[in-house]
Amino acid sequence: MSTLFVDNTTALLGRSLRHVTRSVDTVITTTIMPIAMLLLFVYVFGGAIDLGSGAGVGSYVDYLLPGILLITIGSGVAYTAFRLFLDVKGGIVERFRSMPVARTAVLWAHVLTSLVANAISLAMVVAVALLMGFRSSAGPLAWLGVVGILAMFTLALTWVAVIAGLLASTPDGASAFSYPIIFLPFVSSAFVPTDSMPGPVASFAEHQPVTAIVDAIRALLEGGTVGGDLGVALAWCVGILVVAYAVATRLFRRTAA
Amino acid sequence: MTAMISVEGLERSFGDHDVLRGVDLRVDRGSIHALLGSNGAGKTTLVRILATLLPADGGSATVAGHDVAAAADDVRRSISLTGQYAAVDEVLTGRENLVLVARLRRLPDPRGLAAALLARFSLTDAGDRAVSTYSGGMRRRLDIAMSLVGDPPVIFLDEPTTGLDPQARIEVWDAVRELAARGTTVLLTTQYLEEAEQLADRIAVLHRGRIIAEGTLGELKALMPPTEVRMVEHQPSLEEVFLALVGTPTPDTEEKDS
Repeated sequence: MSTLFVDNTTALLGRSLRHVTRSVDTVITTTIMPIAMLLLFVYVFGGAIDLGSGAGVGSYVDYLLPGILLITIGSGVAYTAFRLFLDVKGGIVERFRSMPVARTAVLWAHVLTSLVANAISLAMVVAVALLMGFRSSAGPLAWLGVVGILAMFTLALTWVAVIAGLLASTPDGASAFSYPIIFLPFVSSAFVPTDSMPGPVASFAEHQPVTAIVDAIRALLEGGTVGGDLGVALAWCVGILVVAYAVATRLFRRTAA
Repeated sequence: MTAMISVEGLERSFGDHDVLRGVDLRVDRGSIHALLGSNGAGKTTLVRILATLLPADGGSATVAGHDVAAAADDVRRSISLTGQYAAVDEVLTGRENLVLVARLRRLPDPRGLAAALLARFSLTDAGDRAVSTYSGGMRRRLDIAMSLVGDPPVIFLDEPTTGLDPQARIEVWDAVRELAARGTTVLLTTQYLEEAEQLADRIAVLHRGRIIAEGTLGELKALMPPTEVRMVEHQPSLEEVFLALVGTPTPDTEEKDS
């Protein structure tokens, strides 16, 4: 890792962090939908949702929070795609590329900014959940695990967002990729246990990344044993990350040689 | 005179569309060279190749002695590009934009450099305001100021006054003249004939992917038939020279960065 890359990324990170701090409304906006869902599902639908006898005695907000956190990330990374799209279309990426700047520093600056912005959004959602009665018996190590999984998931999805930002031809197109990501938790164990779903749906739900990630986070927050979910969750994150990173960097090198 | 930009037989096509069909060009150190042509003539494509943003299909080009294909990093250290659409960061202030470029070029004292450039381009008062509040002319001046950070010996100005009002255009012209006075080599693309006439030491006319005429304003004017004897002496304007060389205005598709 050259000092050129580190210096360039640091300079560009300072720039994109200013974009975030000068439009705090974007960070708040990304938390409105997940918080609304949290309220809706806990206070409106929650009473009718049967978590099954094996689901434990925890309140529904405890059950729901991991999925809501993933939705928060899905809606947060859409802003990364949008910001990158504006940079490409506005010509400032062109300017950086005609300078002696490390090739992928522009992308890394956006990705690291996404981690910071999502960390703020996630903290806000957790704060609301605490007000709603969310409690966790997780120790510091388990919390560290939760933060680690969320960071990996954010990193993986942000590289997917980079692809969308580079490929999009309109601002709406840049952020539209996140709709499936926001929707995916609904067909997972995030809201209701998968064994309540009809066969094919349950089978899809059990084999898509959100279920493994949600189950792993839930187990960590409950202070229980995590089991194989953690491995599957991390494998999904790393897999998505590696593929998205490879595609995004190739795309970036190709779009303007 | 040494050549700061030297282009030989440069070719580039996009799909079936041959945008550059063997361009030859030589720009001397410290001169302002205008590349004149209609939309679609290939001006932006040529500049993007010289700025290492686009590979050529054929031919060769060197900038400040470095080959654009083989030594792209050395070229990037020697140039600055000011694009057709002012590529400045709207959210940041003018000062922050300049500091950012200085930090990216890893120069000592970015804040001092930024302050000096703001003063030089009469932007000191606006320096701490977000660029989104700037007028078109101020934005373009900031854009040029950002290109000067680190004093690169070669500057590409791609249509620097497109979309500016006359007052702002004069401001940019003054800035460009000052650049050349300090010894910077400037390659300027423009579709405004008056701009080439006002600023350029030499003018190259790019038409349908080739340089069809090149010289000083006087040399280009001499290409026209001798002045006719009339009651009023008629000096050909550069516009007439241009249109005579190019023929009818071309309905070609507009050039797009791709």
